[in-house]
Amino acid sequence: MTVTAEVGAPRRRKEDARLITGRTMWTENITLPGMLHLAILRSPMAHARITRIDCAPALGQPGVVAAFSGRDVADVQGSLPCAWLVTEDIVHPDHPPLAVDEVRHVGEAVAVVAARSRAAALDALAAVEVDYEPLPVVLDLEQALAEGADLVHADKGTNRSYDWVFDSGAAGTGGSVDEALASAEVVIRRRYRQQRLIPAFMEPRSVVVDPTGDQYSIWSATQIPHILRFLVSVVTGTPEQKVRVVAPDVGGGFGGKLQVTPEELICFVAARRLGKPVKYTESRADSLVSAHHGRDMIQDLELAARRDGTVLGLKVHLTANMGAYLGLVTPGIPLLGAFMYNGIYKFPAYRFECTGVFTNTVITDAYRGAGRPEATYAIERLMDELAVELNLDPIEVRRRNWIRAEEFPFTTVAGLTYDSGDYAAATDRALALLGYDELRREQAQRREAGDPVQLGIGVSTYTEMCGLAPSRVLGSLRYGAGGWESAMVRVLPTGKVEVVTGTSPHGQGHETAWSQIVADELGVPFDDVEVLHGDTRSSYKGLDTYGSRSLAVGGIALYQACQKVVEKAKPIAARLLECDPADLEFTGGRFQVRGHPDGGKTIADCSLAVFTSHDLPDGVEPTLDADAVYDPVNFSFPHGSHLCAVEVDTQTGRVDVRSYVAVDDVGKAVNPLIVEGQVHGGVVQGIAQALFEEAVYDGDGNLLSGTFVDYTLPSAADLPDLVTDRTESPAPGHPLGAKGVGEAGTIAATPAVVNAVVDALRHRGVSDIQMPCTPERVWQALQSASRSDQQGGGS
Amino acid sequence: MARISITVDGVRYDDDVEPRTLLVYHLREQLGKVGTVVGCDTSNCGACTVLMSDPDGRLVGVKSCAVLAVQADGRQVVTIEGLAGPDNTLHPVQKAFHERHALQCGFCTPGMIMAAVDLLTDNPDPSDAQIREGLEGNLCRCTGYQNIVRAVRDAARDLREAGRSAAPAAPTPLAGEDETPDSGLPREQVPDEVIPQPVP
Repeated sequence: MTVTAEVGAPRRRKEDARLITGRTMWTENITLPGMLHLAILRSPMAHARITRIDCAPALGQPGVVAAFSGRDVADVQGSLPCAWLVTEDIVHPDHPPLAVDEVRHVGEAVAVVAARSRAAALDALAAVEVDYEPLPVVLDLEQALAEGADLVHADKGTNRSYDWVFDSGAAGTGGSVDEALASAEVVIRRRYRQQRLIPAFMEPRSVVVDPTGDQYSIWSATQIPHILRFLVSVVTGTPEQKVRVVAPDVGGGFGGKLQVTPEELICFVAARRLGKPVKYTESRADSLVSAHHGRDMIQDLELAARRDGTVLGLKVHLTANMGAYLGLVTPGIPLLGAFMYNGIYKFPAYRFECTGVFTNTVITDAYRGAGRPEATYAIERLMDELAVELNLDPIEVRRRNWIRAEEFPFTTVAGLTYDSGDYAAATDRALALLGYDELRREQAQRREAGDPVQLGIGVSTYTEMCGLAPSRVLGSLRYGAGGWESAMVRVLPTGKVEVVTGTSPHGQGHETAWSQIVADELGVPFDDVEVLHGDTRSSYKGLDTYGSRSLAVGGIALYQACQKVVEKAKPIAARLLECDPADLEFTGGRFQVRGHPDGGKTIADCSLAVFTSHDLPDGVEPTLDADAVYDPVNFSFPHGSHLCAVEVDTQTGRVDVRSYVAVDDVGKAVNPLIVEGQVHGGVVQGIAQALFEEAVYDGDGNLLSGTFVDYTLPSAADLPDLVTDRTESPAPGHPLGAKGVGEAGTIAATPAVVNAVVDALRHRGVSDIQMPCTPERVWQALQSASRSDQQGGGS
Repeated sequence: MARISITVDGVRYDDDVEPRTLLVYHLREQLGKVGTVVGCDTSNCGACTVLMSDPDGRLVGVKSCAVLAVQADGRQVVTIEGLAGPDNTLHPVQKAFHERHALQCGFCTPGMIMAAVDLLTDNPDPSDAQIREGLEGNLCRCTGYQNIVRAVRDAARDLREAGRSAAPAAPTPLAGEDETPDSGLPREQVPDEVIPQPVP
């Protein structure tokens, strides 16, 4: 190692310079000569046959250059890809970017207008004539599965996309859950509903496609430029080397930009057809109604336990809403949770079943946490219910079941091997920071006094899997790609360093964190490192950014590439120092003869020697550049304990988060400032699911929450000051000990908040509240609890 | 078409615009001020916030998606690109956002910074609760707002210690030369004609 210590330091971010001065390169900023603006006509019907569509009237409008419908491009537009067909017999309908004969959700694209300005294109949309013949609308998950149900895809004969099962008995990772349930002294049965959410990245999606030159150039506000390039090539039959994809500055994603979108393909088809650059930037209304949503599942749960609190097994049945089609990884999202329902606990039997269901709604797909927040919510809510049933403190019932620090590595009932952790340490720290005992006393006093504002305390002790993913595991789950990541390190003649990464940041600060790693490993100044990403011309190889994978996987590739640079520089330094390479060591950024700490040669010295190449040893290639591709052997497993105290006004149902403590163990933090920021944002998205956000369709399949007036992201005024801290169990498989942090907060926070709300009202007979816990829902829960209490008392 | 004259970041621009053109699209598409962005179409997100002079000449925060370009005729507008001072240093709010890691993806940042400048101009010493309420009209999806609140608190302190108002200094067409790479010509090489002229 070197003497500089960038890794672990709270470096201020390089990215900020352009972001705080308005010099950012958003896709929407791109304007090219002759560029045409696209506007997209979207279906107002949830399910209908298109009996007639006529774009000709739009052509006569001012500024309009072209207008076409799905029928006009049916043979060239291809079908949107699904890369995760989770079972052999999965029902996987075609998904044309522009609907051809039938629309299956409100917001589905049906026609496109290209014009010389954005305004002209939008104006002309009104001139497109479409006749719809309404078809029955399928919205309810259980009705969709019933015998004789109306169908989203009539030709498929069913709304069932797939059934997927994991059983610990069959897999050999544990016992039979039915036996566990039969022998249990306590069984907790619950149904929870994970409401539909919208990722709601702040930058609306935007696409520019330029068909001029020798490549199709695609700029897109995407998380996945590399996957997009591959799939545009496959879907449209365009040779891959003729497609360049650039993800410039991207304004947030949260999984919502982990998609190959209809709009990207529509722009590609339009640019190819018209021979001109085209741009489409969605409005927020378009985004909310047509960009993929997240969650939307029914969880039926049975937890078996003994009266001493020991959990014996868990049975999970998920009914998961796919929406009208299968998006890029739609079917696999619930399965990412399949391996996490056991949480941090070591019970011996587990069964998970998932049924994927089609409805006339926009597709669901990845949203921050993707499967793991749902799993964590289920187990953490159940542990609270078990604690109540057994009259134990919720912390105590967890303590009796969790994996102890000395038991790592621990192979779980779901078959994963947890790498490291110390659940007790994180929990103890969180309890101290919250002042748990003090709050419990206050809670008792308020209950005693009949205070209209009651206090609730919620617990969530979570783990998650980061570092997606070992390619073999992905293969066994029938995922269509690997899970490796790539890095290239180029040493310029002046000793400056360019890093080319296959990750694709959209707010995560890779430029800063990667520079810190390179600075330490090569002994170059932090400011001398430039990180290039998101352009397939410079970064041709990568699997992009999602699933808390960039540092956990891409960081190892970068580390390994740096090691190769040092190895390559060694014989050159030896020549410069006129010594044997075997006598050299690389320390503090310098090659030095062992035992001679003075002098020595830096990487920059070697890079200049390589550039001139006047005097290299025979057989030494004149370059220091190196690349590495790393395929992880295991996931990493961050964990933490989040505690939340809420005040609930029993007269109005209003919930205020009074304090929130997050103690996370994400292994070693490369940049603690960035880690803390990720936790803040993640926790708030988790709180938002618990209290504020829900995508709602009416009975006809219209999205009621189609603006930010109705889909209510929390503002600063809705939120408390968060208390964050870390414990540190280094990842044993990572040279830097890092695990991943992008999704942790979102995974942990939702059950912590809902547990707190229920805890506040438990003495009033409330044992569950459907998320989001809005004042109305809380008030209703109190009313129905008091009604059933009165009925119970009267009988 | 309507003829309008707006002074943006210290430079006067005379243009013909369609009466329906929103100020934010005029800034972005006609004037190339793409630092100001559009995040929604219902004036909820605040990403497009800029400062605009009121009839008394006082700069106040407005959501530029909720102002027609013609309504800005004859007014001063300051965007994120003109916030840095004439000495080419970052505004204390910009500096504090950087120091406090108050941004991640950065899309809400231009509007959030302008809203914070507006807030601190009105109230140089806000409590945390006042900061949170003052920024209620600006949505951020990345940071959970925590570091934004810290940054605004720090900026308020720095401004008070320096004895200056948060209102931007005399607008300049250039942002911090020393702070940002490729931020344009060094100040002394800027031709005279683009140095801001007082509005008649």
